[in-house]
Amino acid sequence: MRGCRIHSIETLGGVDGPGVRCVIFFQGCPLRCLYCQNPETQCLGGGREASVEELMRTIERMRPYFGSEGGVTLSGGEPLAQPVAAAELLRACRAVGIHTAIDTSGICATPDALETARLADLLLLDMKHPDPVKCRELTGSGLDSALTLLNAAEAQRQTIWIRHVVVPGWSDTPELVEDLAVLLAPFTCIQRVELLPYHTLATEKYRALGRDQPLPGTPAADPAAVQQLEQQLRKRLATLKGFI
Amino acid sequence: MKTTADFEKAWQGFTPGSWQQAIEVRDFIQRNVTPYEEDESFLAGATARTQGLNQKFQELLRQEAERGGVLDINVNAISSLLTYAPGYLDRENECIVGLQTEKPLCRGVNPFGGLRMARQACEAYGYKLGSDVEQACAYRTTHNDGVFHVYTKTMLNLRKHGYITGLPDAYGRGRIIGDYRRVALYGVDALMAAKQGDKDTLSATTMIEETIRRCEELWKEIDFLAKLKEMAAAYGIDISGPACTAQEAVQWIYFAYLGAIKEQNGAAMSLGRVSAFIDIYMERDLRRGGIDEAQAQEIIDHFVMKLRLARQLRTPEYNELFAGDPMWITEALGGMGEDGRPLVTRTSFRFLNTLYTLGHAPEPNLTILWSSRLPEAFRRYCARVSIETDSIQYENDDLMRTRYGDDYGIACCVSAMRIGKQMQYFGARCNLPKVLLLAINGGRDEASGQQMAPVRPLLTGATLEYGQVMEQFQFYCDWLCENYVNTMNIIHFMHDKYAYEKLEMSLHDTQVERFMAFGMAGLSVMADSLSAIRYARVTPVRDGRGLAVDFTIVGDFPCYGNDDPRVDGMATELVRSFEQGLKKHPTYRGAQHTLSILTITSNVVYGRSTGATPDGRAAGKPFAPGANPMHNRDGRGALASLNSVAGIPYDSCRDGISCTFTITPASLGPTAPEQTTNLIHVLDGYFRQEGHHLNVNVLNRQQLLDAQAHPERYPQLTIRVSGYAVNFTRLSRKQQDEVIARTFHTSM
Repeated sequence: MRGCRIHSIETLGGVDGPGVRCVIFFQGCPLRCLYCQNPETQCLGGGREASVEELMRTIERMRPYFGSEGGVTLSGGEPLAQPVAAAELLRACRAVGIHTAIDTSGICATPDALETARLADLLLLDMKHPDPVKCRELTGSGLDSALTLLNAAEAQRQTIWIRHVVVPGWSDTPELVEDLAVLLAPFTCIQRVELLPYHTLATEKYRALGRDQPLPGTPAADPAAVQQLEQQLRKRLATLKGFI
Repeated sequence: MKTTADFEKAWQGFTPGSWQQAIEVRDFIQRNVTPYEEDESFLAGATARTQGLNQKFQELLRQEAERGGVLDINVNAISSLLTYAPGYLDRENECIVGLQTEKPLCRGVNPFGGLRMARQACEAYGYKLGSDVEQACAYRTTHNDGVFHVYTKTMLNLRKHGYITGLPDAYGRGRIIGDYRRVALYGVDALMAAKQGDKDTLSATTMIEETIRRCEELWKEIDFLAKLKEMAAAYGIDISGPACTAQEAVQWIYFAYLGAIKEQNGAAMSLGRVSAFIDIYMERDLRRGGIDEAQAQEIIDHFVMKLRLARQLRTPEYNELFAGDPMWITEALGGMGEDGRPLVTRTSFRFLNTLYTLGHAPEPNLTILWSSRLPEAFRRYCARVSIETDSIQYENDDLMRTRYGDDYGIACCVSAMRIGKQMQYFGARCNLPKVLLLAINGGRDEASGQQMAPVRPLLTGATLEYGQVMEQFQFYCDWLCENYVNTMNIIHFMHDKYAYEKLEMSLHDTQVERFMAFGMAGLSVMADSLSAIRYARVTPVRDGRGLAVDFTIVGDFPCYGNDDPRVDGMATELVRSFEQGLKKHPTYRGAQHTLSILTITSNVVYGRSTGATPDGRAAGKPFAPGANPMHNRDGRGALASLNSVAGIPYDSCRDGISCTFTITPASLGPTAPEQTTNLIHVLDGYFRQEGHHLNVNVLNRQQLLDAQAHPERYPQLTIRVSGYAVNFTRLSRKQQDEVIARTFHTSM
């Protein structure tokens, strides 16, 4: 069995799912989002091979910190681009009772990927943009596959947290939030929505990779403004469907 | 002498027990404490009086900073209990009184550790030591004199070249915690009578050297208890008998502590573990309707403000080692009782609340004795206070309680000891990476080229061979251990002889247990260096004198801080063998050898005096503090890093293992309640794996950079460094840079 191709491991993840998470960053992503904060994980050929046994050894060492809500988050890169390896890791976690989450863009909606996604206790789905055209401009791909994943989760009553990166000039308006609310309102599987401010800390990473920063001149989003948009989104979702 | 009626009145309403027949403060606490399991909502804010006082205090602090860190020095008197007239911050409004000198923040001179140091400290701030003080000391041997009369040439060299640094041979050794509670519970007369009884008993035995020494010490202890009473009387307060109210209990405790810091300028002068004790008096007063919550908080606030006013006069060189003018007034809060009841009380909360009523501050050094069994509401409050103030540290109560019982305190940063029953001989620390370089250089100092230690041939072959290096290192390590123990023996013999802690020791049992606390700096540099030699190819670059001035490293090697057993095992082995090495050599007065992995802020100074090391660290660069991994070599995140540190065995480092953990708020959790919960999980996980100590900072690098550029905007910015907290703006530029360069755990 081939292992997972990973970029790195962050043993203390506090923001990628509930509680303290051990985050496994998978290497390789089919998308090229302009605002990508982890460009070093995009290239499919990079990273290193890590066997599920090796990853489980690391994860087991972090278990004392998980408490009742923490666990493992598969992030990246795009973990569902490696559906077979990711599935094996998720099953291994499940076998020993560790909570699992997948942080995904939803770009991979192949039968394999959907099957793997089902294995996680929680999906963190990054909704890039509610408008398919804008979404393609921003990420290189449309909305369809994310919606497929969302529909599958809804059918299986799998818990989903929606995340959306607020990029100034791209996705930072009340109108966009309204569109997002309308798009998401029908899904009862959504438990939480988080808007994350775009930041420019990846500039140095792009430089190190010898690449141009894809959004030169775009400033970091103002966290207070983003918080306001998040409030708006929550309120709208609540009115649209009694969502808390 | 107090009558039975006096004791009956003072102890009315308390559950009786053996504490009434003998000096047993723990028994008193266990029988009377009211554990508090609810949350912080009962707390009161600062009273108008407290706010007024605090304004005065903050203004004084501003003036002190303006004058380069020292507001004033009384150069004409020798600091002791009866040297100065009573002093006040604001006599009308303070409910706890007493200052070290006549004026707040005016520093006294303490020449007993060493006259030269006192003189230099005065001069550094533009003062001149008074001729009366010079005269008084002219024909007196100080501790410092005594030590240097006996130091060998090798010891002087080890000191000069930075192999052993920060030794308490020119100032008070500190790290001794008087049981200040005894004064409140029993009053001074009863304590004097008990000590007199001990002296009489001892005098009836054969007068061998140790007996004579002990008898003389007991005489001094009784003498200083009498002086303590007199000091309090000067403030119009009679502490010959027991305290009757919470305010009195706090005042009695504070007088005892104040006496200690007037008499001694010890490096670290902990307060101990007073909160549950005080709480018993608070509960009684609240029950009787004598005070309300606002007054209870006011008493603690005024006490803490007095502790924040405490100062010692130090030289700038001392401040380089121990930055930020610390006193280590360490107060241990929380912890569990041996019977499974928590020792968390409302007063534990009240102490933490001072970080809000008076603002954030490094002193007193509030230390949470953490257990997964502490009441959840207290755990949440602590975590929240950490996130908001960066002012508190955590130590593993489950680990220490099984070894020290449930009435231990923390001396300085991480050293546990039973209050009033154990003391320690503080021994700073040795620089282990320099010993490794000695091994590589055949006994010569890598910087000066001087032959420090017995000559051994240089290692053969261009590339360092692990087995050869270890054998040679072991030889020099043994050599160092012998010299280190001997040096300590001299220092503590002389300190007992010339600067005995009369008042602090009068608040200990006469049959006291002693530790001799050694220390190690540069553990992570050592572990990574040995790992590099073992797993990569390390070749020394030798200069014309044959000294290794640099190293070329080919290949990868595992670094400490990544939860990698290959290198973490090396760190464990190092501390084990070093501790064993120390134990081969007998100590003064049969003290038990202990070891700490703690650097305070001296990791910067240690690094400066150390050449390039085989792990790739450049010459002069700082070490990581305490047992922390080297900056930015822990590539797998905070928990992997904590696991590496948790693996260092506490039983080989019974003087403590310090770890500082810094994380940005945004990485800890998306919302404030989640940040709190996650921090609790981190603490639980670390301590469940027998990690010993954790400093927690939740802050942004950006904030520190801004504070460095605009210190005036951050007068109260407090951060945790190795084992204590400092006011960030009081650090030197170099120390600030080092703190900023440290690994901040952030999410990608």
